[in-house]
Amino acid sequence: MDMKRAYYEDIELFKSGTILFWTIVLMVALFTLPLIATNYYLYLFNLIMVHVILAVGLNILVGSTGQISLGHAGFFAIGAYATVLLMTKLSIPFFPALILAAFIAAFFGFILGLPALRLEGPYLTIATLAFGLAIMHIIGHMEVFGGRSGLRAPDLNIGIPQLGWNLTLTTDFSKYYLVLIIAILMVLGAVNILKTKVGRAFVAIRDSDIAAEVIGINLTIYKTLSFAVSAFYAGIAGGLFAFVLGFFDPITFNMFLSIYFLVMIVVGGLGSIMGSITGAAFITYLMYALFKNIKDVPYVGDFLTAISQRWLSITGMDNLSAIALGFVMIGIMIFEPMGIFGVWIRIKKYWKTWPF
Amino acid sequence: MGYFDIEHLSISFGGLKAVDDISFSVDKNEIFSIIGPNGSGKTTIFNLISGIYHPNEGTVKLEGENLVGKTPDRIARKGIARTFQNIELFANATVMDNLMLGRHIFMDTGVFSGAFMWGKRSRAAREEIAHREKVEHIIDFLELQSVRDQFVGSLAYGKRKLVEVGRALALEPKIMLLDEPSAGMNTEEKDDLTIWIKDIREDYNVTILLIEHDMNMIMGISDRIFAMSQGQKIVLGPPREVQKHPEVIRAYLGEEGAA
Ligand SMILES: Nc1ncnc2c1ncn2[C@@H]1O[C@H](COP(=O)(O)OP(=O)(O)OP(=O)(O)O)[C@@H](O)[C@H]1O
Ligand SMILES: [Mg+2]
Repeated sequence: MDMKRAYYEDIELFKSGTILFWTIVLMVALFTLPLIATNYYLYLFNLIMVHVILAVGLNILVGSTGQISLGHAGFFAIGAYATVLLMTKLSIPFFPALILAAFIAAFFGFILGLPALRLEGPYLTIATLAFGLAIMHIIGHMEVFGGRSGLRAPDLNIGIPQLGWNLTLTTDFSKYYLVLIIAILMVLGAVNILKTKVGRAFVAIRDSDIAAEVIGINLTIYKTLSFAVSAFYAGIAGGLFAFVLGFFDPITFNMFLSIYFLVMIVVGGLGSIMGSITGAAFITYLMYALFKNIKDVPYVGDFLTAISQRWLSITGMDNLSAIALGFVMIGIMIFEPMGIFGVWIRIKKYWKTWPF
Repeated sequence: MGYFDIEHLSISFGGLKAVDDISFSVDKNEIFSIIGPNGSGKTTIFNLISGIYHPNEGTVKLEGENLVGKTPDRIARKGIARTFQNIELFANATVMDNLMLGRHIFMDTGVFSGAFMWGKRSRAAREEIAHREKVEHIIDFLELQSVRDQFVGSLAYGKRKLVEVGRALALEPKIMLLDEPSAGMNTEEKDDLTIWIKDIREDYNVTILLIEHDMNMIMGISDRIFAMSQGQKIVLGPPREVQKHPEVIRAYLGEEGAA
């Protein structure tokens, strides 16, 4: 045995110089991007990063622990509403409010995790779906939450007003950096969680819950913990989402949003952090950019709108984008069951063995 | 009171008495084998010991403490590790991660200390490194170095059986339950395994309960053998005695054993 073997190498964030190099390139790109991007694209990037945070968390639950959730829009909503209300009603500064909101979401995640101990497959899916719907309806019926008419996010003051220290982020440009830094921290946190005790226990439960138990993993604790961690991520994402949007109502957090979240990680690659990121970026782009703008493309847009109005709904297009997204997902599942990230792994393998 | 005592253990599935009033005592550091024809209740005894099934009657006592009624994870923490007849590994994790999971009960990195594993000196990293060192010894001991970073699902059957033994060993158990560990191995692998099981007893101070169908292995390795059929005891004794017992020959060994 090589006595000098450095075990830290195995768990290091940057296992090789190549990874470190590309990480730096990516970081430089991400931090300089706002200098060249238009406001519209900054808004889109902000949405993407919010969704990245959520997708990374959802993938810990679904991809790594093997549980399902169709209720993540609910945690997302809890994060958004709690952050805003803690700031406006209780005058709590932004960062503590955001973290507190995430813990509130995590608490609800823990609660939703309890039935997961007994339910499996479709039954669990239905329970989580019901949770998401319940949250939406509760919010819609209570005045504190702004009811159906929704809630407006306050100014994004990331200082501590009580100490007279104010720093208000008003533009998409400045919000971009806030969201980016939080997203990076959350992603790194997830990478580390998955590399240490808790993450390994999640994977163990996914692969064989019986073996997980006989090596001493308490299923009750770790299944509910996975829900809580995942909901915590959704809570942070929701808190940021509130400020990226500026205004939101219960419908913002409808059931379809939960489905889109699931689509993100399935399309990106289950159980993979890179997959969560690519999937979130890809689906957000389709949702907010491509399908929204396709209406304006000459001929194609008119044609699709006509089809949509004739067969699907009088408002047109909205359903069509959902359907198109469905086709994208089916296509990816057929051609690349491991998701977009699977394509990347294949390319990497190909180049490793090239030219043989 | 012995070291590890099973007393009047019984369980039925429907009308079938899978384990019917079984009692035996295992001494510390013994290699104690259980034999019997297919469906005689051997695996069920292991499942009762490790808390996967709960007996209708009877007790399982380790150093005097009754384990019946405890959940499998609690029983693991009491010092009982096991392997499965049909291999229960974490297929989409590497050999290293599978063995690291065997260290689960000794680690206390939580979600937050894990998330903040920044740098070599963080609490989580120090714990990781310490346990990776322990696991590396097991990897060397079972000669798994060549497959260290491979996904378990891609390994040959014999290797997977071995990884499962390694994972059980990582729990530093007092008692190890091995359910047909040599199944699917070739002669050479079986010989190695026999040596390893003895080493596990000697070097790691583990008491071993072994279910096996390979008679050569059983006769060579066991201190005592418990023979059973249809959920009931036939005979308990040293290999030579058990081998000669007429009911064992009839019920299990057949002509081969009589020779
Ligand atoms: N969960 C269960 N439900 C119903 N019957 C069961 C269950 N577990 C075991 N049995 C039955 O109990 C009996 C004993 O099974 P067991 O698996 O313990 O046999 P075994 O001695 O390990 O056999 P083998 O050598 O084939 O592994 C069998 O008849 C089996 O069908
Ligand atoms: Mg069996």
